[in-house]
Amino acid sequence: MILLEYFLNFVIIVLLFLGIFFFFTATLGLLRFPDFYCKLQATGKGDTLGAILILLGVVVYILKEDFSFATFLVTLKILFIIFFIFHANPTATHAITKAGLDSGIIPLTKEDLKK
Amino acid sequence: MSRRVVTFIILFTLWCIFSGMFDAFHLSLGVISCLIVTLISGDLIFKNKKVTAEHVREGINFIKYIPWLLYQILLANIHLAYLVLHPKMPIEPSVIQYKSKLKKDISKVVFANSIILTPGTITMDITENNEFIVHCISQKVADDLYTGEMEERVAHVFNEDIKRSE
Repeated sequence: MILLEYFLNFVIIVLLFLGIFFFFTATLGLLRFPDFYCKLQATGKGDTLGAILILLGVVVYILKEDFSFATFLVTLKILFIIFFIFHANPTATHAITKAGLDSGIIPLTKEDLKK
Repeated sequence: MSRRVVTFIILFTLWCIFSGMFDAFHLSLGVISCLIVTLISGDLIFKNKKVTAEHVREGINFIKYIPWLLYQILLANIHLAYLVLHPKMPIEPSVIQYKSKLKKDISKVVFANSIILTPGTITMDITENNEFIVHCISQKVADDLYTGEMEERVAHVFNEDIKRSE
């Protein structure tokens, strides 16, 4: 039983750390990438996976602490948050990109970067 | 089954999950509010009048599609993390046009969202004649998109026929 608890703790820590790592790379990408569209590339993806991993870590933590019907409902609610992020994040990224395209921001190309 | 009945069932299941209280008072409140919402906007979730086996099959296929998509998202993030953390930042941004053969609106939406979530690509626009304008962060991801694997999987989910003619 104690082994299972150690294992679950390990899973939680790994999930949280991976989530933080992907948030970190997303933020770093936002700062380092050269132009508007590339910056969006970094945030649109890193945020999605980071948030999903951290929320999964929270799910495992809740179920580990107290495995009952009430916590099962909480788990379902968190899964709905994940579902929402999964749909809202790419849509928002697309909306921002489309707005940038419509207002005439020209994307950088490889040739521009070489100069 | 009529779409209103299915909408009511979905709404009431959500009510039960979100409220978490199963006494008669709260459940009857749930039934009343779900009925009102179903009466006003019962035609929003499903386009057709009847919910058929077709919808159920699409749902099951979509659930089967999700694990593959999650795997692709993981690959996307590892690739992006590599690009970000590499000291020289080896990005080669480019804009490509991808001619798609998908016809249904819903499959175009799923395909566009999947493109945004997977390796280094963002759908910028979908033109009238079904061209996806895609921004790619490096050459590798553009080549991945051109293999058309994702499009075939999306087409399979929504039961569309997209045989390559060329």
